[in-house]
Amino acid sequence: MRRLLAIILVCALIAGVGVGCKKAEVKPTDQVVNLGAISCMTGGSATFGTSNKNGATMAVEEFNAAGGAMVGGVKTTVNFINEDDAGSPEVGASAAHKLIDNDKVIGIIGAVMSKVSLAVAPIAQAAGVPEISGTSTNEKVTLVGDYIFRACFIDSFQGTVMANYAYNTLKVKTAACLFDNGNDYPKGLAESFKAGFEKLGGKVVAYEAFTDEDKTVDFKAQLTKIKAAKPEFLYLSGYYGSTALILKQARGMGLNIPAGGGDGWDSPDLVKIGGAAVEGSVFSNHFSKDDPSPKVQAFVTAYTTKYGAAPDAFAALAYDAAGLFLDAFKTAGSIKGSDIRDAMKNTTFSGMAGAYKFDENRDPIKSAVILQIKNGQQKYLTTVNP
Amino acid sequence: MGQFLQQLINGIQIGSIYALIALGYTMVYGIVRLINFAHADIFMVGAYMGFFLAPVMAKIFGGAFIPTIIAAMLITGLLGFVMEKLAYRPLRYKSRLSALITALGVSIFLENFCAMPFVFGPTFRKFPDLIVAKNIPIPGNLGLSISNVLLLDVGVSVFLMILLFWFVNKTLIGKQMRAVAFDKPTASLMGINIDVVISTAFIVGPALAGAGGILYGTTYGMLASPFLGIWPGLKAFIAAVLGGIGNIPGAVLGAYIMGISEAFATSVNSNLGYGIAFAILIGILLIRPSGLLGKFVPEKV
Repeated sequence: MRRLLAIILVCALIAGVGVGCKKAEVKPTDQVVNLGAISCMTGGSATFGTSNKNGATMAVEEFNAAGGAMVGGVKTTVNFINEDDAGSPEVGASAAHKLIDNDKVIGIIGAVMSKVSLAVAPIAQAAGVPEISGTSTNEKVTLVGDYIFRACFIDSFQGTVMANYAYNTLKVKTAACLFDNGNDYPKGLAESFKAGFEKLGGKVVAYEAFTDEDKTVDFKAQLTKIKAAKPEFLYLSGYYGSTALILKQARGMGLNIPAGGGDGWDSPDLVKIGGAAVEGSVFSNHFSKDDPSPKVQAFVTAYTTKYGAAPDAFAALAYDAAGLFLDAFKTAGSIKGSDIRDAMKNTTFSGMAGAYKFDENRDPIKSAVILQIKNGQQKYLTTVNP
Repeated sequence: MGQFLQQLINGIQIGSIYALIALGYTMVYGIVRLINFAHADIFMVGAYMGFFLAPVMAKIFGGAFIPTIIAAMLITGLLGFVMEKLAYRPLRYKSRLSALITALGVSIFLENFCAMPFVFGPTFRKFPDLIVAKNIPIPGNLGLSISNVLLLDVGVSVFLMILLFWFVNKTLIGKQMRAVAFDKPTASLMGINIDVVISTAFIVGPALAGAGGILYGTTYGMLASPFLGIWPGLKAFIAAVLGGIGNIPGAVLGAYIMGISEAFATSVNSNLGYGIAFAILIGILLIRPSGLLGKFVPEKV
């Protein structure tokens, strides 16, 4: 019995090898290269990861449909591989190793969160594989090395934008910050908001932290302290989950001051969980689906048809990041990391979330929008230039 | 002064939820000397049961809170019973370490099984509003306020705790539980059915955790992921150790100390936050290694 089984297995193996060989025989005029992405598909920020994957997938499909790139006279299309980082730097790092070592990707789109990108970037840099994150806004990400790019503006810009908006438009003079001190992104935003707000002449009367927003659900101790300091504005630089919880608890204890935040708020779950507590709050973002430009509207329609929901900023930035990378790949006409990197450095690219041109740190120079939650919907208020 | 009292109120609210979880740890430990790490995940299942059952209960009974909490307690109690039968009973007379490792395994299984898209799924869920949250200002010039959710948390916890004390101290099965906790072989010689007693502990403890899950959902209005039990479970476990593991009033005391010290530590310095709370706990355990109400039992040679 066992011998029979062994024979069957060996036969199956041989057959498998045969099939494998047939598959590998690609016509000499065509080739396919792998492009990787790292997105958080599970955990507290799963909607971000899904948007990242969807946006990048769409850009890749459009690139392939338009004929791909010519590499040394060979028509080259792109096969897209998305890996889950579960919102964790450790998982993200192993995903990066898998993409680079096993799949031999020509580039990586992602990661989504700054803390994961900070773990992925050194690996990509060491391997000489260009990485472009759509949404990691922390300054340090691109400082890792010259193979690391991003399609979004950086934290200090977002914090400053909201400080300006609060001080000049909302006319508030005192503010409080509450942020996750275990994550570089909310911490960076809070720091730059504080610096910007105090530079304008305002005062940050309470600067409170909590540890790890995946673990913390009770913010009443911090909010009690904030309430006692009597601020006029509350800056919440975290993601939508903690923001919705904080605002619910704040409203529950009678802290009814206007609140603002960054692009981590951009999720339908903010309103779903926060309900009336988030109504009227404002946040800075990269992109608005209500942008009247025809190019953006065409993208919104195509995305909505494909995925059944309108694109958020994460989707638009992932689309831009992948588009920008593929555009540079086409210009370079090479699958070598250094060639694509050089092409990206000098690129000018017009995307859905603004026009791209990289500064010397490989950060794009582009504008931000301010959105407000009105009747449970995101409403476009204004565009702020750098 | 106002802030001090408000933080005390905040701490009592968190402490009530910790207490319900801590009771399960302590009961199971008292009877089978097992730290049931899967207990935190039963708490999570209880919270998710609230999410799924509340709309159904609202339709059948009109009001959702009481039927939902009872249904969740029944389901988590059943889950505890099955868990003991399948995972722990076969190992009862094996080394205690194997049971401990099994408990970790059950915990990891429950978390990851529930995180699968066709079970509970890994994403945020909005917990149904079982009661409409209202803030009740306390008269006086201190600016204090208490929410009705807080009153509900404390009320339900205290009610269940009184029920548990009555159960353990006044009923026959409660008396048997105490006897088994005191001396298992002798209790068995006196004709106490150990299996029934252990099963009861594995039903009552998880049922309390299930109630804790419903209170958690009602209080925070959101279920982040099936991993949400880990952190409150860890703190409740520490609370049980702090109060003296195996000791029921100790678990309650430990849980309130944990909640209150957490609130105060956070208000002193939110950056250090829990770090200060844990330092306090380590300090207490240095002075009383067997916990506040635990008995120091010297190892017999």
